[in-house]
Amino acid sequence: MLDLTYETPKPKVIAGAKHDWELVIGLEVHAQVSSNAKLFSGASTQFGNEPNANVSFVDAAMPGMLPTINEYCVEQAVRTGLALNAEINLWSAFDRKNYFYPDLPQGYQISQLYHPIVGEGEIIVDMAPGIARKVGVERIHLEQDAGKSVHDMDPNMSFVDLNRTGVALMEIVSRPDIRGPEEAAAYVTKLRQILRYLGTCDGNMQNGNMRADVNVSICRPGQYEKYQETGDFSHLGTRCEIKNMNSMRFIQMAIEYEARRQIAIVEGGGKVDQETRLYDADKNETRSMRSKEEAHDYRYFPDPDLLPLEIEQAWVDDIKSTLPELPDEKKSRFVNDFGLSEYDASVLTAESENAVFFEEVANGRNGKLAANWVINELFGRLKKDDKGISDSPISPAQLGGVIDLISSDAISGKIAKDLFEIVYTEGGDPAQIVEDRGMKQVTDTGAIEAALDEIIAANPAQVEKAQQNPKLAGWFVGQVMKATGGKANPKAVNQLVAQKLKG
Amino acid sequence: MTDLNKLTLADARDKLRAKEITSVELTESCLAAVEKSGELNAFVHNTPEIALTQAKAADARLAEGDAPAMCGLPIGVKDLFCTKGVPSQAASRILEGFLPEYESTVTQNLFDAGSVMLGKLNMDEFAMGSSNETSVYGNAVNPWRRGNDDAKLTPGGSSGGSAAAVAADICLAATGTDTGGSIRQPAAFTGIVGIKPTYGRCSRWGVVAFASSLDQAGPMTKSVRDAAIMLEAMAGHDAKDSTSAELAVPNFEAMLTGDIKGKKIGIPKEYRMDGMPAEIVKLWEDGTAMLKAAGAEIVDISLPHTKYALPAYYVIAPAEASSNLARYDGVRYGHRATLAQGDGITEMYEKTRAEGFGHEVKNRVMIGTYVLSAGFYDAYYNRARRVRALIKKDFDDVFAAGVDAILTPATPSAAFGLGEMNDADPVKMYLNDVFTVTVNLAGLPGISVPTGMDSQGLPLGLQLIGRPWEEGDLLNTAYALENAAGFVAKPSQWW
Repeated sequence: MLDLTYETPKPKVIAGAKHDWELVIGLEVHAQVSSNAKLFSGASTQFGNEPNANVSFVDAAMPGMLPTINEYCVEQAVRTGLALNAEINLWSAFDRKNYFYPDLPQGYQISQLYHPIVGEGEIIVDMAPGIARKVGVERIHLEQDAGKSVHDMDPNMSFVDLNRTGVALMEIVSRPDIRGPEEAAAYVTKLRQILRYLGTCDGNMQNGNMRADVNVSICRPGQYEKYQETGDFSHLGTRCEIKNMNSMRFIQMAIEYEARRQIAIVEGGGKVDQETRLYDADKNETRSMRSKEEAHDYRYFPDPDLLPLEIEQAWVDDIKSTLPELPDEKKSRFVNDFGLSEYDASVLTAESENAVFFEEVANGRNGKLAANWVINELFGRLKKDDKGISDSPISPAQLGGVIDLISSDAISGKIAKDLFEIVYTEGGDPAQIVEDRGMKQVTDTGAIEAALDEIIAANPAQVEKAQQNPKLAGWFVGQVMKATGGKANPKAVNQLVAQKLKG
Repeated sequence: MTDLNKLTLADARDKLRAKEITSVELTESCLAAVEKSGELNAFVHNTPEIALTQAKAADARLAEGDAPAMCGLPIGVKDLFCTKGVPSQAASRILEGFLPEYESTVTQNLFDAGSVMLGKLNMDEFAMGSSNETSVYGNAVNPWRRGNDDAKLTPGGSSGGSAAAVAADICLAATGTDTGGSIRQPAAFTGIVGIKPTYGRCSRWGVVAFASSLDQAGPMTKSVRDAAIMLEAMAGHDAKDSTSAELAVPNFEAMLTGDIKGKKIGIPKEYRMDGMPAEIVKLWEDGTAMLKAAGAEIVDISLPHTKYALPAYYVIAPAEASSNLARYDGVRYGHRATLAQGDGITEMYEKTRAEGFGHEVKNRVMIGTYVLSAGFYDAYYNRARRVRALIKKDFDDVFAAGVDAILTPATPSAAFGLGEMNDADPVKMYLNDVFTVTVNLAGLPGISVPTGMDSQGLPLGLQLIGRPWEEGDLLNTAYALENAAGFVAKPSQWW
């Protein structure tokens, strides 16, 4: 298979009052593992249950309770690592990150600071056909999610919901390889796409099942290249971390705001403080989350309740052998095998369900025609109804049937659109519908000829004009189509008109 | 028959099986002893209804000839074990009113083996202490006294209530836990047997955690045979504890032959501390001679990193404790401070923990927080972990050289007076663990066996340290030592 080749996009440049500035961005994406049970307990992870319904003794940190690892979650992290061409660490370990908060019953989060399960990998972030950024992934580690504190239900009390407490998260940490707000959003989009292909995370950002901490710094043009050559971060500016972003749009707005804030500080002769900030979407600004005095000392240390996590290469190999075809491979294959444009291939592979649908339609048919029908007609129609591909009233076989009728010249493109609408709204076998409703294209030249002869006989003046100016032949074509209710094969009509007018 | 409470587990078991006595009789005898033992303050929560229900059930099983190892045998349970529906407070105010909705694996194993629970036993708060004086219930008292002196002595700690109760024949045996010596030191102070098994032999699930990488449960009994019987019932793999070993539990009692001919016993020179009391030196020499007389080969060995063990222990244990005790925050269970108008979550934490934890626990939480904090982690915690690895290697080397067990004193002295250490440097109290912490750091099994008395008539114990997972062999060596020492003294009943 041919690999698609890419050019690197240009970094975003923001003009400050004094200089031009570039952005350097790294993301820590928290992706909730799609598992039925939590990372270290058997409690359910079902979203939307009554508060505190999904809580085991372990989650509530009752005295003497101990965590035991959920192997399924480990498998999902490995699967994700493999999909990012990352190094899988056969030996990893869990650490405790200590801090007090009511929605953190243990008083510590179990995470993997020192020895993550997944090491270096990479993601190709597509920006436009032929243009993509290769973003390094530093690591993926497994950790527990926290619960939810509710402060606005009562003037004097706070409430805690531990349903999410202990749910498995994969923290996917990128290198500072992202060079603009759009790239950041595209990175999250691509990562989300891969996770959804794998089924390791549902990517639901609204529910908080996928969210990102965004690290932003600024530098003068040329500095980033020096950092790349040397690996020395001192060539870059001081970074600020914007916590807990769960919308592509806000990620971009927050980065844009934060970069301009930093530029203003530096150009004003000040220094950017390394700190954690929150994005306020209502005001479109970032704010410092806590002062330096309040900065946490997490006192990380290896969790003595858990043995190091040791996995076998054979198990990793087994997981690898069951990886699905991933977006990049699929896109490349669609381009190569179906002759699609990279753009169409990208659209069709954005969601694996779409790609599967398309392939069923395209198999044994003209790939480009299938792509046109899936992208323009089907997606457009579904969008109008606010439906996803899984709710499509028309099956791949039905859509394929419509396309077959076009390819065999049984119906015209125009009739095909009508037919599509009928199948979409009423269902049924397209060929049967065409038959029953007499929608078949008239390819019988005799019938077309008869109709044409009649028109020629009735319009001698037009015949004369058209014979002098062949461009006017179209009028006869139109008349024939009208006379046959649009069912005449346009190709056949064109041929006959040209022939007859020649005399 | 009177004084059934004075029986050993083995004798009581045999009498029960021979239908000479019933479990209800045995249990009632113990419950009466519990009632009379107020001055010892060993039991902090009595469960007579549970005991009698379990005793009746045991009698029914005995009648059917279905009598598991501990069937009908009344025991006490250290307050550190969570027992379903029964107060389980780790002797701390912060767990005031806490009633677990679950049963610890070890107590469940004991119940499955037919044990009868008389109640919960006193201990140092969160198992932090060597004298039982940090308990929210007040200290337990050693049934032993110095000659005719009325001064109350410590039963040791942290399993002080367990030791006092077994030594005073209030129960036939008790569970203990040992993080740095909390089974072996009180056993030595009260003239009983206590074994800390290999780390991972007993499940920690449902046992309130002090220092997770060091904590192990074990039995405290009147004899080595009893220790073998009870350990077998407590131990076993538990999928709910990731650090629990997936190993079959041997029949320990069957391994008690008393034959130790040809066994190599190591005498570590580093345990001969400066200023060691002559009585302890003699006890150790006598023990060595007894094992030699029983046919063992005595070899001098070196455990060169021993002197670093206590400092390493007092970094690692508080570090883990500071994190393990973070869950006691007043949010979900146990004590919560009354808050003033306008107090927020920080005040709730601060006031709750200030009121709920005692002085020693606060000390250790602060030490632990300090040694894990940014800038100090490498200097303290990481260095202590490296020391720990070296200590383990010391033992590995000695065992690799063919040594079967190591003989040391269990404690640097006999039981001391309650309150005697009040004004002392806390390090002096920590020195109680000097012979025992190495075993926890290395994860090895260690057993304390009473082998002699000091000049004031107080019991003294020796410690045997065994190879990992070879508790059976260790118990057999201890059995030979017990036979040779012939320690049969009992405290005279003054309570």
